[in-house]
Amino acid sequence: MTAETTATEAAAHDGEHHTSTGISNEKLAMWVFLGSECLLFGGLISTYMFNKGRIGPNDIGPNDVFDIPFTSVSSFVLLMSSLTMVFAVSSIARGDLRGNRIWLATTAALGATFVAGQVYEFTAFYSEGLGFTTNLFGSAFYALTGFHGAHVTIGIIMLMSLYVMSMRGNLGPERSETVEIIGLYWHFVDVVWIVIFTIVYLFPQ
Amino acid sequence: MTITERTITAPEETLALPAGPTIAHRPLGAFTRPQGSEGWTSWLFTVDHKRIGIMYGAAAMFFFLVGGAEALFIRLQLATPNGSVIGAGTYNGVFTMHGVTMVFLVIMPMAAAFANYLLPLQIGARDVAFPRLNAFSFWCFLAGGLLLVSSIFIGGWFQNAPDGGWFNYAPNSGLPFSPSKGIDFYAVGLQITGVASLVSSINLIVTVLNMRTKGMSFFRMPVLTWMLLITQFLLLFAIPVITVALFLLMFDRLWDANFFNVAAGADPLLWQHLFWIFGHPEVYILILPAFGIVSEIIPTFSRKPLFGYHFMVASGIAIGFMGWGVWAHHMFTSGIGPLAVAAFSVSTMFIAVPTGVKILNWLATMYRGRLRFTTPMLYAVGVVSMFTIGGLSGVTHAIAPSDTQQTDTYYIVAHFHYVIFGGALLGLFGGFYFWWPKAFGYKLSEGWGKASFWVMLIGFNFTFGPMHILGLQGMSRRIATYRADEGFALWNMVATIGSFVIAVGVAMFLWNVYTSTRKWQRAGRPDVGPDPWDARGLEWMTASPVPEHNFDSEIEVERLDEFWHRKYGVDENHRVVKTATAEEVAHDGSNTKVHLPSPSYWPIVLGGGILLVGYGLIYNLWLAAAGLVLLVGAIYGWILEPADDPDAAGHHDDHHDDGDGHGDPAGNGGPDGNGESASAAAPADTEEGATVG
Repeated sequence: MTAETTATEAAAHDGEHHTSTGISNEKLAMWVFLGSECLLFGGLISTYMFNKGRIGPNDIGPNDVFDIPFTSVSSFVLLMSSLTMVFAVSSIARGDLRGNRIWLATTAALGATFVAGQVYEFTAFYSEGLGFTTNLFGSAFYALTGFHGAHVTIGIIMLMSLYVMSMRGNLGPERSETVEIIGLYWHFVDVVWIVIFTIVYLFPQ
Repeated sequence: MTITERTITAPEETLALPAGPTIAHRPLGAFTRPQGSEGWTSWLFTVDHKRIGIMYGAAAMFFFLVGGAEALFIRLQLATPNGSVIGAGTYNGVFTMHGVTMVFLVIMPMAAAFANYLLPLQIGARDVAFPRLNAFSFWCFLAGGLLLVSSIFIGGWFQNAPDGGWFNYAPNSGLPFSPSKGIDFYAVGLQITGVASLVSSINLIVTVLNMRTKGMSFFRMPVLTWMLLITQFLLLFAIPVITVALFLLMFDRLWDANFFNVAAGADPLLWQHLFWIFGHPEVYILILPAFGIVSEIIPTFSRKPLFGYHFMVASGIAIGFMGWGVWAHHMFTSGIGPLAVAAFSVSTMFIAVPTGVKILNWLATMYRGRLRFTTPMLYAVGVVSMFTIGGLSGVTHAIAPSDTQQTDTYYIVAHFHYVIFGGALLGLFGGFYFWWPKAFGYKLSEGWGKASFWVMLIGFNFTFGPMHILGLQGMSRRIATYRADEGFALWNMVATIGSFVIAVGVAMFLWNVYTSTRKWQRAGRPDVGPDPWDARGLEWMTASPVPEHNFDSEIEVERLDEFWHRKYGVDENHRVVKTATAEEVAHDGSNTKVHLPSPSYWPIVLGGGILLVGYGLIYNLWLAAAGLVLLVGAIYGWILEPADDPDAAGHHDDHHDDGDGHGDPAGNGGPDGNGESASAAAPADTEEGATVG
């Protein structure tokens, strides 16, 4: 077989250009993965809703611990991090590497602020008597918000890795899609938080 | 870590891949990529989808023998009334491990073997989208499987094996009722295999969506590709649901959470819902690959195109959707209420329609075909007939009053063995015979193959046929003994004899593999040719065994069954005539210039890290911490791994060295799917693994 384009060459460049759908493998993989994540959080949120009311009359419950104003502020911080993530993506697409680093760091910092808020919240709830093992509400609440916090933490680690790559000169405009893909994950985690915040904190208990 | 400049190898030299000399290592210490494709170590580090497929198949066969031995213990115990072969406690462990092994460690990975080996070939691709992630899927699956099976031995024979049944209902799975480590092994082991399935499903979905060759539109894809794609979507959405359930169970058992703690007000139905929302799609995850295999075998040996291709695909998609709306038929007796029972009863009857479409289409494909009853064809016809029996008994479960009688009896056991053994497993065995020459370059013996088929089929019917009667007589499943005056003795003895006949059939299969291999080797390894069965799919359009690079050049597809149409034309009397031999049409595998992804150390290291985390969660959190360190280290090793692919230097300069993040003087690209944000996306996937741990 003496075809000038080998199967490989076509395949080799699939990553960027000649995929069947026109979307790169990496970006498509992230979308597919996020589809799966929907079911993960769907299961956890259902578990929470199923269990939050299953506490005794004198048990510690949502109304005893939630501090809505505090959590609203930290939710706002997380939402703003989606905005800065957009700036990070657009700056690298423009070739503004310094701007990209600034926005990556800002996004990571906002995310870290959110996680710090969650740590504070968990500590406060614990001191008020709500532990992971206290009752069904405690188990379900910590499992759901803890899973989300772990996702934010992984996102922060990825953002910081991008930052380090950029510092070492390995994150040029030709890689803007990498930032975009991490951005997809980040926005997803934010959207999930909007759902969790609404269902867990804002719905009447 | 010091970064040393790489030696840039001259392109002329490197074009000798894959058969040529190995390339000089680059002095990056641990951060090089392994070289070469010879020797047993090359299997450990391979990222070749075909080798990974073969390893999936071999591992599944190993677990099949384990699960089969467990089945024989069950049958020995039940052969006579008041059986005393194994005690009741061991019996619980044996039947649980039999179920878990056969579902998660045999049928699923066997299907993964075909998916890995055949999907890229059938769509004309050179590999999957993410070769390293593919290798990771396999090692992660193997880690989970070994962890589960090791529970049989750890701390004494079946002392710490899972013993709650494969669906492991709460609250029986809680610490007060199951104080051994068994359920922990179940929860952790299945999470690990779940990570493997999830990663693999993402990989294969992207492969099918993105890496089809020129002209390979969705409705030119073979039915097997379609069924495997639907299976991957089912996995993608079903695995996270069971993951949630397993996490909750693990939290309960390891850290005293209350999800299934009835004393704290929990409702154990939560487990049933989560389990079966996963569990029913899982049934289709098990059967759809076999449906795909049968849809490849029957047209080939009927010498006709598949009847109603579009209906076949559409019914597969319909099953994929409807499979999500029938889960509560597993729970008719759990008190979910009359409305739910009625709704799920109707939806369950309805899902029989697309399945029936498939059966009829296979029959119509065979109708007036020129049938050749080779071994694969026998297995395929076996699937059509045996699955139909299982499907019909399934419809009787859709009728809730009838199901209420049958629940937890041997009638259910008979039903699901007819669909899983008679459907999925026979289909997979047929696939082994059909694609064996493609993967290994020689056919298995037809004589032994046919003999082992008939022995298996007869043994199968003698084992599971009588269970319908036992179930209707009222014999409960999962009870270690029965009394002589209950009237179950005769049919139990028949079933036990039948199960040993199946064992003989399986032994004949293994003997067939052994003798056929020896015979072929003694005959000087004759070439079987690219297309020994006169088949239809693109996988037959390259040499056998498939060369490392799959196809010599990109194939342009113009219609369904492209390969067939290149071999056959129509003469002036509208008769089908052969216009070219397979050898003329197929690639001979001589193009050695093909760029291939480099092997990698990290997938297996990552799998090892996950295994440590698994044992650590069960026994000692310090061990889990060590595993976590290894796991995170492997992830960064993966990301920092150089795209050590000298061949890429020639034509890959529009990318920068992505994976390794150090800049790359040669401008080497990543081994395609492997690189770029595979490094970025990999943490996303694999750190999921980390949260699992």
